[in-house]
Amino acid sequence: MAMTMTQKILAKHAGLDSVEAGQLVLVGLDRVLGNDITSPVAIKEFQKIGATQVFDKDKVTMVMDHFAPNKDIKAAIQCKMCRDFCDAHEVTHFYDVGQMGIEHALLPEKGLVVPGDVVIGADSHTCTYGALGAFSTGVGSTDMACGMATGKAWFKVPSAIKFVLKGKLNKYVSGKDVILHIIGKIGVDGALYKSMEFVGEGVKSLTVFDRLTISNMAIEAGAKNGIFEVDEQTVAYVKERSDREFTAYTADEDAVYDETYEIDLSQIQSTVAFPHLPENTRTFDEIGDIKIDQVVIGSCTNGHYKDLEEAAEILKGKKVAKRVRAIVIPATQDIYLKAVENGLVKTFIEAGCIVSTPTCGPCLGGYMGILAAGERAVATTNRNFVGRMGDVKSEVYLASPAVAAASAIAGKIASPLEV
Amino acid sequence: MIFNGKAIKYGDNVDTDVIIPARYLNTSDHKELASHCMEDIDRDFTKKVQSGDIMIAGFNFGCGSSREHAPIAIKASGISLVIARSFARIFYRNSINIGLAILECDEAVDGISEGDKVEADLDNGIIYNRTTGKSFKTQPFPAFIQEIITNGGLVSSIQKGVIK
Repeated sequence: MAMTMTQKILAKHAGLDSVEAGQLVLVGLDRVLGNDITSPVAIKEFQKIGATQVFDKDKVTMVMDHFAPNKDIKAAIQCKMCRDFCDAHEVTHFYDVGQMGIEHALLPEKGLVVPGDVVIGADSHTCTYGALGAFSTGVGSTDMACGMATGKAWFKVPSAIKFVLKGKLNKYVSGKDVILHIIGKIGVDGALYKSMEFVGEGVKSLTVFDRLTISNMAIEAGAKNGIFEVDEQTVAYVKERSDREFTAYTADEDAVYDETYEIDLSQIQSTVAFPHLPENTRTFDEIGDIKIDQVVIGSCTNGHYKDLEEAAEILKGKKVAKRVRAIVIPATQDIYLKAVENGLVKTFIEAGCIVSTPTCGPCLGGYMGILAAGERAVATTNRNFVGRMGDVKSEVYLASPAVAAASAIAGKIASPLEV
Repeated sequence: MIFNGKAIKYGDNVDTDVIIPARYLNTSDHKELASHCMEDIDRDFTKKVQSGDIMIAGFNFGCGSSREHAPIAIKASGISLVIARSFARIFYRNSINIGLAILECDEAVDGISEGDKVEADLDNGIIYNRTTGKSFKTQPFPAFIQEIITNGGLVSSIQKGVIK
């Protein structure tokens, strides 16, 4: 039976020779992830089940990133609950303030995911690790609790949509534009319950970080996972960070896909998703004059060093427009340090931006950049739902780091080609 | 398994940020979450919802975050059942896991208006609109899913030995 990349990984982890779409399988987990919002709920459920220990202290991972550094007393209580749990169970990979970063940037950076892995995380953007050729997907806290206790999770094997990439991206166009373009095309439920599989010669022209951004937003098309074929770049990235052995899976030539899209990367332009859905995409010929109050550059989607570099290149020697607040959030401590050492932080501060410690903060309207009614933000984050970054009458426009930086300078949504 | 209640109706792509805004995720207390349920899409929801009420929605209900707080808030607010055209996958899984009944039925979504009296018979897969007299066929709920819901979710079912 011909299989997709995703199906092969699930079959292997279920101990089966083959699986087909629709089949229910129980799979072994290589990693179970939670954060400071979802883990407390999972810990309560874990205790309710009567579990006394985690299935593998090296495979359970908790990252304090959403409301950490603690934004208020309640957040402090939630982080403490995670800390106490990880201490009690001697969890190896517990990342607190000082070591933490935004989870989906941190795990790849620390070498905690390798090609062929199965990862569940109680955070919807867990799909990010598909960029490294792993099967990873978001689940709720109950699934996290059962995963921590048993090391297993059940899945319905997904069917898939294939995206064949060709060509190369133009200057100032990046992974964010690719995924926004795709979501604009197929819609926020265009891949509901399915895998998105990215293949073709165009993959090679995308950096690992572009791929992480693309897989990260597979969930915004409703997908179960978004996975890339492994190439030399993936192998180099992973080997630098992990000495675990891994398997790179490719789809069978005759694997069945529900749909196939050909995407010519050279035709993709800077793309912005208008409120209040990631599918409301426009290119600059349809944008017009939209004044903004805030810019956020960061998040699990676009807080990588490469993203900061792209923003800094545009902001260098320029000033953030009057009455615009520009907030830059490196996704991890390592990225932050590198940005300090290489002068990016200086560039940002001289331009009039603030640079924050890693946190999910503003992306989900937690803290560190909340919007008032009537305010607009251009953000490199992943969701622009009603009230996502603050008041229900505020607006979020999703864009690449290059567009966000250009917009900060212009005081309105602007193309990097304009500033 | 039979549910009775009045319909509270919403549109497509109701996301987890409007079901329970992230600013309230610094708690996992069910009652507190319920007190803010739907507030960013419908300020009156908590005032009008009564125990047993049935939520009706369009495509892709529950899209966005994996926060289990979303189905928890809906359930704790008194909603007995959500009927939508389709559900986002993580929300679907979370709802069953925490014991919130949900089902997909286009005809029911078309044929039920805000405030209608609805009765849903999940054993036989029939939804009645008691206000208009119409009825709609749907897939009966599998027995093990009904058991999870009756027993208050997956973990409680395991605890009680219903699911092994």
